[in-house]
Amino acid sequence: MSARKHIYWIYWLLITVGIAVYLTMQLLGEDKTVYLPGKTSHGHYQIEMACAACHSDPLGGGEVLQEACMNCHGSELEVADDSHPKSKFTNPRNADRVAKLDARKCVTCHTEHKEEITLAMGVTQPDDVCFKCHQDVAENRPSHEGLEFPTCATAGCHNFHDNRALYEDFLSKHLGEPDVHAMAEVVPLSSVEVYQTISSYPIEQFPIKPLKSNEADQPISVRKDPKIVQDWMDTAHSQSGVNCSACHEQKTEGLDEPVWVDKPSHKVCSTCHTDQTKGFLSGKHGMRLEQNLTPMTPGKARLDMKRTAHGDELSCVSCHSSHRFNTKDAAVEACLSCHDDQHSNSYKDSKHFNLWHKEIRGQAAENTGVSCATCHMPRKEVKHDGMKIIIAEHNQNDNLRPNEKMLRSVCMQCHGLGFSIDALADRELVEKNFSEKPDVHIESLDMVKKRLGLKKDVDGM
Amino acid sequence: MKSKILVLFSSIIGSAFLLSACGEQKTTGIDPQMMTDSLFSVMEADRTVYTKLIIGRLAKDEKVIKASEHWKDEKALVLPAQMFRYGAERVAEKGAPFSYSLLSLWPVNKQNKPKTEVEIKGLNYIAENPGKNFYSEEELGGVKYFTAVYPDVGVAPACVSCHNKHKDSPRTDFKLGEVMGGVVIRIPI
Repeated sequence: MSARKHIYWIYWLLITVGIAVYLTMQLLGEDKTVYLPGKTSHGHYQIEMACAACHSDPLGGGEVLQEACMNCHGSELEVADDSHPKSKFTNPRNADRVAKLDARKCVTCHTEHKEEITLAMGVTQPDDVCFKCHQDVAENRPSHEGLEFPTCATAGCHNFHDNRALYEDFLSKHLGEPDVHAMAEVVPLSSVEVYQTISSYPIEQFPIKPLKSNEADQPISVRKDPKIVQDWMDTAHSQSGVNCSACHEQKTEGLDEPVWVDKPSHKVCSTCHTDQTKGFLSGKHGMRLEQNLTPMTPGKARLDMKRTAHGDELSCVSCHSSHRFNTKDAAVEACLSCHDDQHSNSYKDSKHFNLWHKEIRGQAAENTGVSCATCHMPRKEVKHDGMKIIIAEHNQNDNLRPNEKMLRSVCMQCHGLGFSIDALADRELVEKNFSEKPDVHIESLDMVKKRLGLKKDVDGM
Repeated sequence: MKSKILVLFSSIIGSAFLLSACGEQKTTGIDPQMMTDSLFSVMEADRTVYTKLIIGRLAKDEKVIKASEHWKDEKALVLPAQMFRYGAERVAEKGAPFSYSLLSLWPVNKQNKPKTEVEIKGLNYIAENPGKNFYSEEELGGVKYFTAVYPDVGVAPACVSCHNKHKDSPRTDFKLGEVMGGVVIRIPI
């Protein structure tokens, strides 16, 4: 072998080893961009560096991915009464349908890292995908004759998964409702006292006992700030026996005495606020923390955010401000301190804000105002020990897309179904934060009305 | 020569023994029809019990609670057909080697009308021959199945009246004891 050939081999070896070292370091480090096969969808980009969140087994195939999808989204689909569950497609009689569209796997319609074909909600199938199985819909629904298939899911009529507010009998039950109900208010949150009665509340750790300001138990080494003490005194924490040490002192392995922590993490909050923390970690505010990544910052967001907030790390206290934990501030001002898009910036010109303003000024009854949280973190019922408790959904992405998910949990608390469907379908109005009446009309309720009328005539014959 | 005859004789005996053993193993397995008949007897019994003792008694006779297609929204009892389908879905989720469906020539939900050739033949056969079952084989998605179709009879007044009144029912003249649909059970063979 010539000397020159030897040198080439040495170069080859050095380059190969160099590439291998580089790739290994990338794999072990936090920035794994080099491994991304394409731009990640808006739903997952925050956690794209936690490859194992989806690719839990590097040698696994489609089943591993399917399991990963279901681990995060399975319970959401169950709550939504998924209209197209996997079980509908595993029966051999649907083999012909599976051959056209393998709906047994989430990735058939939600292929990740394919920006060029990714539509809204991470869907990577064309808008007319419904055609593949429902091409004969007009046979039983003459009203659908001539309707184009891309309009099934884009006209406010049907969703692939969640049709809880769109099925025919539900529409018929809510025909003729007024734009705004006479009693327009949201269900009140359960009181602190109710929450403290559930078995998972650490009552032994924090017995209910109102505390006085001189009982604040921060150590001598920590400066006593009268403002912080006053803020604490104004909260349910001081009234429930939750002293400074409850949040700031943490047990550390190998040490007998607990260690004081200036800025406790969300894990401390979850000791008592379990449901809320779970919701926070499921949404875009906390999903990075759930994957043990650095906290989300507005600077990392794909939506427009205020430059002044770009570096703020999101945790429970980002919205709830430590020691004060003012839920009214958290419901509007906290959101607007970061979000800088047209919808957010139009809120204060809306009727919704007007109602909220009246409520926080004491000019209107509790639960009659409409804050950002009223719609994006709606009240929901959870069950503990067989008891129904009303909490705020802390996953603000839970009802966001498709926006018809908001119909039952949010809009219909105050508005009629027809008005709500029209309003959500009016994209311009959504941008303007519902500052006027909808300019779009969805015909689904008219179709139901017509069909029921026709049926009645037939029955009467 | 003697040893050759002995080897030949032993081979014949040996192969006969092996063959008979193979045959015996086959006959000790469950025949697909016996399997589907057995599965159907359990399904039919549970379905009848639910329809009569739960729906018929609590929703129709005693009027303690409603039964509704939208049972979650209405806080009502699950309809017998839904009960049956949820069971079938649960069996599928658990990865059981067989599958079953409730179909009809006159379905409320059009997705439940027969669509494979065997389903169409079977559903028509059981409707035209009350009390008889239909058995066949078919290939779906590259897999061969033993397919059995059993009559689903309206066992309680509630079955008949609900289907006759339903706005999506293509038939409104069902009578008690009549075949209203069919249970299709498939086993891969």
